[in-house]
Amino acid sequence: MNVSLILIILLVGAFATFLAGDKLASKVALFFGLAAAGASIVLLNHYNLGENISFINQWITQPNISFALKADGLSMAMLLLNTVLTPIIIFSSFGNDYKNSKSFYALILFMSFAMAGTFLASDGLLYYIFWELSLIPIYFIALIWGNGDTEDRKKAVVKFFIYTLAGSLFMLVAFVYMYQKAGSLLLEDLYKLNLTANEQLWIFLAFFLAYAIKIPLIPFHTWQANVYQKAPTVGTMLLSGIMLKMGLYSVIRWQLPLAPLAAKEYMYIFIGLGIAGVIYGSIVALKQKDLKKLLAYSSLAHVGLIAAGTYTLTLDGLRGAVLQMIAHGFVVVGLFYAAEIIFRRYETRAIAEMGGIRTQSPKFTSMFLILVLASVALPTTFNFIGEFTVLYSLSQINIWFAILGGTTIILGAYYMLKMFQHAMLGETNSKVFADVTINEGITLVIIIGVLFFFGMYPKPITDLITPSLEEILTQINRIN
Amino acid sequence: MNTLIAIIGLGVLCLLFEIFNLRKAIVPITILGLLGVLGLTISEFNSTESYYNNMIVVSKFSSTFSSLFIVLTIFLVALGHNFYENHQSKISDYIAIKIFLLAGAVAMVSFGNLAMFFLGIEVLSIALYILAASDRMNLKSNEAGMKYFLMGSFASGIILFGICLIYGAMGSFDVTEISELSQSAELPIWFPIGIVLLTIGMLFKVAAVPFHFWAPDVYEGSPALTTALMSTLAKVVAMATLYKLLSVMNADVSESFKVVVVIISMASMTLGNIMALRQTNVKRMLAFSGVSHAGFMLMTLLSLSTSAGSLLYYASAYSLSGIAAFSVILYVCKNRDNEDVVNFHGLGKTNPLLAAILTSALLSMAGIPIFAGFFAKLVLFNQTIQAGYLALVIVAVVNSIISVGYYFKLILAMYTKEPNEERKGTPVIIYAVAVIAIVLNIALGLYPSFILDLLA
Repeated sequence: MNVSLILIILLVGAFATFLAGDKLASKVALFFGLAAAGASIVLLNHYNLGENISFINQWITQPNISFALKADGLSMAMLLLNTVLTPIIIFSSFGNDYKNSKSFYALILFMSFAMAGTFLASDGLLYYIFWELSLIPIYFIALIWGNGDTEDRKKAVVKFFIYTLAGSLFMLVAFVYMYQKAGSLLLEDLYKLNLTANEQLWIFLAFFLAYAIKIPLIPFHTWQANVYQKAPTVGTMLLSGIMLKMGLYSVIRWQLPLAPLAAKEYMYIFIGLGIAGVIYGSIVALKQKDLKKLLAYSSLAHVGLIAAGTYTLTLDGLRGAVLQMIAHGFVVVGLFYAAEIIFRRYETRAIAEMGGIRTQSPKFTSMFLILVLASVALPTTFNFIGEFTVLYSLSQINIWFAILGGTTIILGAYYMLKMFQHAMLGETNSKVFADVTINEGITLVIIIGVLFFFGMYPKPITDLITPSLEEILTQINRIN
Repeated sequence: MNTLIAIIGLGVLCLLFEIFNLRKAIVPITILGLLGVLGLTISEFNSTESYYNNMIVVSKFSSTFSSLFIVLTIFLVALGHNFYENHQSKISDYIAIKIFLLAGAVAMVSFGNLAMFFLGIEVLSIALYILAASDRMNLKSNEAGMKYFLMGSFASGIILFGICLIYGAMGSFDVTEISELSQSAELPIWFPIGIVLLTIGMLFKVAAVPFHFWAPDVYEGSPALTTALMSTLAKVVAMATLYKLLSVMNADVSESFKVVVVIISMASMTLGNIMALRQTNVKRMLAFSGVSHAGFMLMTLLSLSTSAGSLLYYASAYSLSGIAAFSVILYVCKNRDNEDVVNFHGLGKTNPLLAAILTSALLSMAGIPIFAGFFAKLVLFNQTIQAGYLALVIVAVVNSIISVGYYFKLILAMYTKEPNEERKGTPVIIYAVAVIAIVLNIALGLYPSFILDLLA
């Protein structure tokens, strides 16, 4: 048994969903999503027992490209994030009716397939293909099933597509360049390359363009808020929950170990960019009137901090970043889902039009509050562990980074609680707000459960990722 | 050689069908005949032989490219069944002309003598002039035919002039002899001038900047099926021939010549893409996109000794997606007097299958994985970086980004606009051609080695 099984399940699932027809599509998609999640947990078990679950096969002889999937702790953690969130996201959409839902759910599974491939691939070209492939389904999901004015949406989505494609094409050039040197694009062959500092700088920058747009980091973030707002909630969850983690994961897996000299030389600049994102995102979030946009900017702030953590090049920084990636994935999906639940009842995303929900729906209010607190890193939630570790690693580099980065917690608490106050408290709203349905309750409880469980007991994940992060660190710190 | 004879025999047979009044059977029988010829070509794949005092030289290069041309012709003939529905009385002429055109194309990649090369290019061009003007009652089609003929005959003249100069310098039309002589230290100045003139003539045929001016008008005016033929088959033939000419005659293209190729390649992609951004007529848009693809294919001339495989791959990927795209265009624009983007509005709702095929074809042209177009660009970039032209590759990458702009304009029109009217009928053949072409394209994307290793 090896990891290609997951890819097969998700791909077959995408086709099966499409063939199942509009009525059954959502259930078939959920089934395959759960199957993939189950399979990845089984595989994790095998991996923990020390079995080899990687898969490698020659694909193209000229140029020399392999179909190589390598599962180490880091990949497995990201794969699990993907396969666990996918069924949750699919399940979260059960209250909605989508036109042509067979294509909709098939695209979700296809996207999950491409993202799983990105997390697993250990051949540069294969990785690049999965990376690009994940762009196509989200483009159509946002374009066809999105909300708001068609023309505006078109502009936002096309901008997003061209932006991300432009970034990644430069990554492709970097890969082709390295292929000339190494004669192969397998990760271990690329690790053996001895590139000069100058070459590393260019490669680092080419990768940076691709990742900074995807994550997104300042000043490449301009596509984000609009697309988050215009995309259907499922699309927003896929984007913010999993897809932007692809960028962060790639920084750790590809960018830092392949160009360590450049990463060390310009460390302050890149950490600075991450921190700038934290401050900028938090301040802009303060001003937002649209709930989805507010969450988008808060997401910008959080990923800025994660990126800063990865660029510290310390074990704590990387570990904190990975933990926070997973935690943020869950919490952001939960928050967008809460926004969707409100939208289903009030048909609005404007915070000003909400209010007084607490008296009508105490259950929903408490769950929403937990998610809000988790996102501002309250101790005992998973986010606290991630954010704290990242801040600690930043303080090791320079105490000012930690202080500035810490504003994400302070400002975050301010705008999130302000939003909560306006949306949920206050006088009873004249509009009726039905309490959460069973489906909605289950989804939220699962997410909250995960956040609390790993908040109090993060050891399984830390044990899983630490060895592979150490391996990557030795690669970063090798003497050229 | 057998291929060529069989194709010409088939062409004559097509004309006879007219006499025996078998017009209904002509398309299926021609397709079967072409499949037979394809089999014949493939069976000769490994043999290298020359015929008639080196007039025709069959090699791996010629048989792989001939196979590609035959496959494309099969698609084009099949599309003709629906396209010439209302011109039944002339269908055998149209089909026969296409078969003769194929004969010219095959001669152009398997010549061993410049006279044979010229014969091939004239057979191909004259067939194209006729097809461009084949919609007799339509003013635009007449204009297109006339323009193409005038410009094309100039190009032919320049090519002929070049051949004469080469003969004057070398005293022979035979390419092997010319190639041997060109290795000597003292070369008469006429030889490089002749090569330059030949190149100019061929660049005209592939529609590379600055010899591209005819392309948009001719593409727009010609009947849609002829445009499909020009932008897929004719372009690929011309490119393969240019490659073969340069590689068989002077093994080592000089540095200054390479600089010119780099500039033309950059100019073609950039200008083609920028002009394509502004077009509202889909045929014109694809004409300009074809100019930019010509620019990409010209990159193969920078590493002549090694890039035959990648040229074949790029040509296959580009022409298969072209066929898929044009079969959708033929369906959508049937009985319309123009091919504006407006006609494509709401195709995603009225006909999801064809919309998906057109989307895939355009994504392939834009170079998105997993379609063959992506690998085509990848191997090309790889080879060009190897040859030491990093700057050209970066220009090419920037151009790939620009091209997404106009390909997506069409995709957006299909999925976000409301359909303006229902289209009736489901022409099976158009569906079949579109599906097979796009499946072949994706299959090439999944197994690129299949084609890349043929000419390695």
